[in-house]
Amino acid sequence: MTPRILSPLVLGLLLIFLIGPFFIIIAASLSAGDTLAFPPQGLSLRWVFKVFTIDSFRDSFAMSMLLAVGGTLAALVLGIPAAYALSRYKLPGAETIRTIVSLPIIVPGIIVGLALLRYLVVPFGFNITLALFFAHTALVLPYAVRVVSASLNNLRSDIEEAAVLLGSSRAGAFFRVVMPNIRGGILAAFILGFVTSFNQVPVSLFLSGPGVRTLPIDMLGYMETTYDPSIAALSALLAFLSIGIVFLAERFLGFSRYV
Amino acid sequence: MSDTYLQLDKLTLAYGDTVAVKDLDLSIKKGELVALLGPSGCGKTTTMRSIAGLLNPASGRITLDGADITRVSANKRNVGLVFQSYALFPHLTVYENVAFGLRLKGVSGQDLDAKVSASIKSVGLASFASRKPGELSGGQQQRVALARSMVMEPKVLLLDEPLSNLDARLRLEMRAELQRVQKETGVTMIFVTHDQIEALALADRIVVMLNGGIEQIGTPEEIYNKPVSAFVADFVGFENVFALENGKLATSNSLVELSAPVPQAVKGLAWRPRMVILGSGPFQGTVRGTSFAGNVREYLLDTPLGPIKAEVDAGEPSHAIGSTLSFDLPLGAAAPLSRYR
Repeated sequence: MTPRILSPLVLGLLLIFLIGPFFIIIAASLSAGDTLAFPPQGLSLRWVFKVFTIDSFRDSFAMSMLLAVGGTLAALVLGIPAAYALSRYKLPGAETIRTIVSLPIIVPGIIVGLALLRYLVVPFGFNITLALFFAHTALVLPYAVRVVSASLNNLRSDIEEAAVLLGSSRAGAFFRVVMPNIRGGILAAFILGFVTSFNQVPVSLFLSGPGVRTLPIDMLGYMETTYDPSIAALSALLAFLSIGIVFLAERFLGFSRYV
Repeated sequence: MSDTYLQLDKLTLAYGDTVAVKDLDLSIKKGELVALLGPSGCGKTTTMRSIAGLLNPASGRITLDGADITRVSANKRNVGLVFQSYALFPHLTVYENVAFGLRLKGVSGQDLDAKVSASIKSVGLASFASRKPGELSGGQQQRVALARSMVMEPKVLLLDEPLSNLDARLRLEMRAELQRVQKETGVTMIFVTHDQIEALALADRIVVMLNGGIEQIGTPEEIYNKPVSAFVADFVGFENVFALENGKLATSNSLVELSAPVPQAVKGLAWRPRMVILGSGPFQGTVRGTSFAGNVREYLLDTPLGPIKAEVDAGEPSHAIGSTLSFDLPLGAAAPLSRYR
């Protein structure tokens, strides 16, 4: 086979491998039967409706949303000034700072989770929700710094000096002429961070306790006890939510420019 | 000078440990159009940034309109700066770019609109008011930058290489534009350039800078005709520059007697290619290269004095490469240099 035929073939197989399970899940979620199965036994939407009646999913969904939104916002509050400092000033040890900021995505989540549990939660009785919040903030921070840095690097720094010479303070120049021009990058960082946090499993696994669970952890737990198609229905709903967000972001922001 | 408007006193500017400008003294009168001219790294841009307040001097003093502004922050100096890259705010329209400074000053309503509209109109961009900078050409962007600075009625307008990013035709337009602005508003203007032709064409006075210091200050005529140092001479086209030692012309391998004595203070002599007389004279040279440049023909001669550049009318009989001819460096035409280095 020539490479010309080979590469579309490999690409096709890869796509089937990546997207195939997604269609299986959708099919399974539309099953009328009582157990998770493929092909589905009959067609119905009963499991899709069932999802909304399970209390623990509602609570863990709220927790996941809280962590994803709160953690990402916190990461941006820390990350935007960091990205600004890294891109505008010649800092001693800038490379080291960049590496440290990236560590949470390099170190396996399971280690981060274990470390937080063993050295923060267990010895100090640290509030689990707070530990989860800090963990998610740290996990999202690398994305916040990288994506915001990318848009800062595309922005001329002399516009800040121009603003200062027209009477603005340094801080004022940041809010008046820098922020509006990196808005797209900040929003992209937010979406990327949100999705990262929302899908986080390994770290959250260690930091779950009675009444404190994120949605993916709750789903794992649910599957261990109840093997019905509602889990497939919930998975499909979440997938469509993600697709919707990314689609809107691409449509209105040109998301792919930043990631 | 009694009517000094902007005064730099023993100004020393540094980036970390690197001194960019050392003990600079400069007085500029109100309404003057001054060029800071020099090669890159001479400290001209650094000097301009310190006047704007974007760089704090290591030592020295800056006085503007009778007030010491050395420690006044950039946003309170009312000094305008047109950046080389224009530095327009990409997210704002032309109108909002020009209105930016006035809004910060608290100007609003009809007053704001009148000033902004007049300013945009004066640079000929009235129909572009609602465009974003990205939709404008380089020349238009520069005029927006000019309007944005001028609408603030600055005490001094600084321009960083205002003509270097423009093509030949726009350059001419921009030159006329700057002269119009100066004439209409009487604003004191300082522009930085590495191009002696721009400086000569536009400035009332030229400050030639080299290695963080001032080499010569003078009118364009003075700089062009009476350079004081070897550097300035070479910069304005005296391409045959010689040092003098004991009243003799110092060449690479010997000292050559002059036809008449020169004053002790003269440390060097310089001739433009145009001043070299070909065909007669006490010196001999071999033509190494020749090129035709429209109305003139240029020659490069190998001579005992070193390489000599000469230029004659294209109508004169031409000399082939390799031919030997006599030539003269007339003492009366030479520019006497008080410094040679």
